[in-house]
Amino acid sequence: MVTQLLSAFLAVVLGVGACTLYYVGSNFLLDLAFTDSGENAVRNSRQRGAIRPWLFLAPALLILSIYLVYPVFETLRLSFYNFGGFEFVGLNNYIWATKNPEFLQAIGNNFMWLLVVPSLSVAFGLAVAVLADKLWWGTLAKSLIFMPMAISFVGASVIWKFVYDYRGPDTDQIGSLNAFVMMFGFEPQAWITLPFWNNFFLMVILVWIQTGFAMVIFSAALRGIPEATLEAARIDGAGEIQIFFKIMVPQIMGTIMVVWTTITIIVLKIFDIVLAMTNGQWNTEVLANLMFDWMFRGGGDSGRGSIVALMIMLAVIPIMIWNIRNFRKEEEAR
Amino acid sequence: MIIRKPKSLTFGKVFNHLALLALVLLWITPTIGLLISSFRDKEQLAYTGWWTALSTSEQNAWGRTGTAEDQVKKDGKFLISGTILTSNEKTILTYNTNFKNLSAYKSGESMIFKDGSLFTLESDGKYEWISQKPFTHKRGKRIFYVAEVPPMFSLDNYREVLASENVGQSFVNTFTVTIPATIIPIMIAAFAAYAFAWMEFPGRQFLFVCVVGLLVVPLQMSLIPLLTMYNKIGAFFGTEGKSYLGIWLAHTGFGLPLAIYLLRNYMGSLPRDIIESARIDGASHFQIFTKLVLPLSVPALASFCIFQFLWVWNDLLVALVFLGKQDDQIVLTSKLRELLGSRGDNWEILTSSAFISIIVPLFVFFALQRYFVRGLVTGSVKA
Repeated sequence: MVTQLLSAFLAVVLGVGACTLYYVGSNFLLDLAFTDSGENAVRNSRQRGAIRPWLFLAPALLILSIYLVYPVFETLRLSFYNFGGFEFVGLNNYIWATKNPEFLQAIGNNFMWLLVVPSLSVAFGLAVAVLADKLWWGTLAKSLIFMPMAISFVGASVIWKFVYDYRGPDTDQIGSLNAFVMMFGFEPQAWITLPFWNNFFLMVILVWIQTGFAMVIFSAALRGIPEATLEAARIDGAGEIQIFFKIMVPQIMGTIMVVWTTITIIVLKIFDIVLAMTNGQWNTEVLANLMFDWMFRGGGDSGRGSIVALMIMLAVIPIMIWNIRNFRKEEEAR
Repeated sequence: MIIRKPKSLTFGKVFNHLALLALVLLWITPTIGLLISSFRDKEQLAYTGWWTALSTSEQNAWGRTGTAEDQVKKDGKFLISGTILTSNEKTILTYNTNFKNLSAYKSGESMIFKDGSLFTLESDGKYEWISQKPFTHKRGKRIFYVAEVPPMFSLDNYREVLASENVGQSFVNTFTVTIPATIIPIMIAAFAAYAFAWMEFPGRQFLFVCVVGLLVVPLQMSLIPLLTMYNKIGAFFGTEGKSYLGIWLAHTGFGLPLAIYLLRNYMGSLPRDIIESARIDGASHFQIFTKLVLPLSVPALASFCIFQFLWVWNDLLVALVFLGKQDDQIVLTSKLRELLGSRGDNWEILTSSAFISIIVPLFVFFALQRYFVRGLVTGSVKA
């Protein structure tokens, strides 16, 4: 254990050392190669200016290309190849996928996740942000609701699996949901295996985590609304509910969209919760879990796995374009 | 102009307090249940809800009496004595030799066996078994009892998972993954962010737009090609494709777009005058970056550090794909997921392991919440 920690520490030192050596060294060499003195001083200075940005950028661009850009094209290529990636099979993988019940089920479930999780997280996040901003203990409340953000999806799954725990109707329940349900005289349920509804019990976990994120962002955005606007509305006789729907929400609509899309992307990639809770059994399959399954089951099938990855990518592309557009607009406004 | 009545105002206030309180309770109860359960006695944890943790519970169990070897002769009679409880926490209420009717005898009462011997069990578990004839039995008799158990809290569950389930090793593994995977991307991203913010070069806008695009590329797209690549490299060097170096670099790659984006936005918002006057004074970009911009960017660097730390610590997918499952590589999240499968009903193990896995991020989170929130907000609030 100690040697392992030492090796991690050594990796940090070596990694940081190598980076430092590269940046310091390359910039030093650049200054050496194109000096300020001599007859070519002006030309040298210009050339230094042309080269230096690329010295700054090179490591980042290299890593981005290897780890994110190249894989996108490679995944696209692999989707047309067979399980080992060595024989071209045309559209066979695609045709196979459209007929595969698991794949269709995963798409359907992902769609439900997309509808439920972002909307509930945004709704709860807004509610908490508005409620907490007016109370003296609001900061504490926000901290506590924000806390699940720090917990891993697997950790959250353990927490909620314990909440959903099921014992037979004749014994004491140790899961709080069943105890709660029995308090009102209903039968305890095995929530995780309950057809169709079990999906929602898994979604609850992600809503529980993401509400804190939405709340923090909305809280900051709400503070950006000029006090004068709110005061004017109050003077005109608007109630708190009217102020919320007619002033606050429209004012922070842009922020709501950003939060919505951010959570949407997280939902599209949702994997850990499903793997830990059900591993896709009882009709809870989602795309990312299915991909993991096809990647490794029976030695793995890179063609079919790639198809699922592409499905997720396809769903992300509109958001990507929207993001880039927004970014362009902001840059022009600068 | 309408002046609101104070009465409706107070009603609104009360509703406000109650609604928020309800939400907060709803949000923290699951975690509190886990935390309390992880400290409970594992028997109690398995049979009663965590909300009863502070009350005394009743438990059915059994113990064995001594055998003929334990008997002593006393006043012409034969006596076996001892205790049937293994821990002295319990208080016996009722007992019987037959498990179907546990309430047959109260503790302190005596029962007479078929052979005429007299058996007495006290509430503290001590028993006396007296017979006129010598005992001959070779196995102790089973005594079933109902006992009252006081609430018991201990660190036993933690001791167990750290010692026998190798969770301690996983904890070290997670640190091994997290620290380099947090520090290395920051350095690389900081240089790139500076270039995007303050240097002139052809394609600057285009390249940064690419980074903005890469922000949302799902990491699933990278898994298969990278795994294939790692396996090939591993085969070339005759080693495993799964290694710490591999996962450090993978996390670096996946974290870079956000790091560059956040840092570039922050550095770009620094006052232009400072940088330009330094340029006029003859400082090179390298000097400006290291001496001026980097120290000024500490808040943004801290924000990203926390992001990346939490993300890497909590990651499961990348660890499953790029690290092995043997003891010296399995990380906490992966271990926890394995325990969910293999020890799914042993809540004493699951709750304590889960808490070990979330304690570090929780600490980081509460200690550095301000930076974390600032990072989230600058990364998300636009216009």
